Amino acid sequence: MKDFLRVAWIVMRKDFTVEMRSREIVYTTVFFAASCVLVFAFALVREGRPLEDAAAGILWIAIAFAGTLGLGRTFERERHTETLRALMLAPSDRPAIYVGKLLGMLALLAVVEAVLVPMVGLLFHAPFLASPFWMIALLATGTLGFASVGTLFAAMLIRARSRDVLLPVLLYPITIPVIIAGVRGTAALLQATPDEPMARFWTALLVFFDVVFVTLSLWTFEPLMTE
Amino acid sequence: MSFDFDRVVVDDVSRHFGRRKALNRINLTCTAGEIVGLLGPNGAGKSTLLSILSTLVAPSAGQVLYGDRTADAGGAALRARLGLLGHDLYLYPELTARENLVFFARLFGLPDTAALVAEALSRANLADRADDAVSGFSRGMRQRLALERALLHQPRLLLLDEPFTGLDDASGQALVARLKGLRDRGGIVIVATHDLDLAEGLLDRLVVLRNGRLLPVAPSSASLRDRYRDTIQSFAAGGPNAATKDAQGGAP
Repeated sequence: MKDFLRVAWIVMRKDFTVEMRSREIVYTTVFFAASCVLVFAFALVREGRPLEDAAAGILWIAIAFAGTLGLGRTFERERHTETLRALMLAPSDRPAIYVGKLLGMLALLAVVEAVLVPMVGLLFHAPFLASPFWMIALLATGTLGFASVGTLFAAMLIRARSRDVLLPVLLYPITIPVIIAGVRGTAALLQATPDEPMARFWTALLVFFDVVFVTLSLWTFEPLMTE
Repeated sequence: MSFDFDRVVVDDVSRHFGRRKALNRINLTCTAGEIVGLLGPNGAGKSTLLSILSTLVAPSAGQVLYGDRTADAGGAALRARLGLLGHDLYLYPELTARENLVFFARLFGLPDTAALVAEALSRANLADRADDAVSGFSRGMRQRLALERALLHQPRLLLLDEPFTGLDDASGQALVARLKGLRDRGGIVIVATHDLDLAEGLLDRLVVLRNGRLLPVAPSSASLRDRYRDTIQSFAAGGPNAATKDAQGGAP
């Protein structure tokens, strides 16, 4: 287990160092997410008054779109240099590579969300800080659910010619429960009086999805990655 | 966790990609202390065979035995004894030469990383460029660095796909000497190459692949280039059936 976590940490740290050198993925992903929110704001905010209950959906759509872009770019980098093959040759459990890549994606999405949440809050008058604990819990569990499946699919599709098209086509139907739970839980918190029991219910559901998705991903990563 | 082997046996291995047969019933045995040359025209199946030997690709039929274990049974302990230099170099262009080697040394759990990497950089003649990003390196410099990456953990089985690409004459000769040293220490080296001049005198055994089949190579004292040409020509004259299971041993 110690070796597993060591390898996952090394892979994540490498991804972080590479990204710090180019800043390519973080800039493009944040810019894309912010653009999505702005487009929604132009469409749905009239005379300073946003459409009621739109904020939760817009936040999670922006996270999903930006996450898909980030996933594609992260694995495109490994594909371009074929370095994923070198990672697969490491003398450790191969799922450790998956966990390392997943941690990198979670860090990226955390940065995206740090920009998105205040932006959506500002443009759509959404009180995200009314119940900060449950808001963070929803974001953390929802992001993990989305990124766990996304990381597996992006790695699996690395050799597919139409990977850019296939990734969202495969990813969105599978992660719809995560997005729905995230939207409903967030919407419950954005009511005039935050509905914390409802947010707790959706968070618990997201934890269940996370356990299922992460377990399945760890289980299937090695066979899916052996050509 | 520790695992070692003194021979690799490719037992009736086939690999299909859809309807295309990349490898067709390959039989080959390589033992410790030998350098085996894997020759063949483009698309013959050399890279596929190396990928199977490196455990990255699973055979469609047959098996590869490392000592007495298959790739599945060997798992992580087996991968600790494999080194692969592919046609793609498996280096991160954004990282420096040192960072690349440190990353792979840590990934392999090697002790005393800093000293090991410094030694490898010096062997690759890259000590003065150690802290430069790999993206600024020439192909030859990347090739030398990638070779050190593949050798960091002192693998028992070293698989090289076109290792002489981009190397100048001196670097090519240094690589030949390095591989001979590895063989003398009991390594198994399998080299896929088109550079017959550099491979001449390096190889202990010649194996020729064409259209996914091993061709029988007649023992001869002729030059490597002549033997390779004769093998390919005799195959062309005899048709695909000229490739038989008798080809498994290769020729000295």
